[in-house]
Amino acid sequence: MLQIDQTTYDAIVEHAKRDHPVEACGMVVGPIGADRAERLIEMVNAAGSPTFYEYDSTDLLRLYRELDDRDEEPVVIYHSHTATEAYPSVTDINLAGEPGAHYVLVSTQEHGNNAGPVEFRSYRIIDGVVTEESVEVVTKLSTEETG
Amino acid sequence: MAIEVRIPTILRTYTGGEKAVPAEGANLSAVIDSLEANHPGIKDRLVEDKGAGIELRRFVNVYINDEDVRFIGSLEAELADGDQIVILPAVAGGAR
Repeated sequence: MLQIDQTTYDAIVEHAKRDHPVEACGMVVGPIGADRAERLIEMVNAAGSPTFYEYDSTDLLRLYRELDDRDEEPVVIYHSHTATEAYPSVTDINLAGEPGAHYVLVSTQEHGNNAGPVEFRSYRIIDGVVTEESVEVVTKLSTEETG
Repeated sequence: MAIEVRIPTILRTYTGGEKAVPAEGANLSAVIDSLEANHPGIKDRLVEDKGAGIELRRFVNVYINDEDVRFIGSLEAELADGDQIVILPAVAGGAR
């Protein structure tokens, strides 16, 4: 299960709508080993594409250095699909490089840049195997580990 | 000639969980061979045979002293004692 607070959830949805029709991407990071999605980091989609995203290599290094310095790790790795459902593509599965992370997909295919509900789904992607998990949106993250 | 190589989470299965391992070599290609000698299987995750020769995989980023090796000779990028290498898998994907 992914537990995420409402503010972070709303910010991810807002980012996806803002960048539509280009895929939006980013992370929510937290303390190593705690599985707490605490700090949202919007990333630039260097591919600038409606069907592909990639972090710029300099941004990527800077991000991981920052996480290292702060004893943080990626908890959620999110991106949007702008014309298809919020389910990992073959590309998503092949390139999933963080076995410990929750992979969140948001689909903006229905309302694009406009207000309206989006599909917001979370998955584990480990060794090419996709497992969907439930998403619990809370006012505030619980203090216990969510596992 | 000692070079520190920082290993990403997904490749630590090859290094017994170690986040950083020492390696040796005068260029990146030699360093990767040195890694392979101590951590069999890791080379195949970093490079691929494109027919015309061995190349760094498209979605693997390697940095020497914070510089992306693609801008400094890729596998031929030169190394000196004390250099630090960071390996990071690309964060990428998409509907395509």
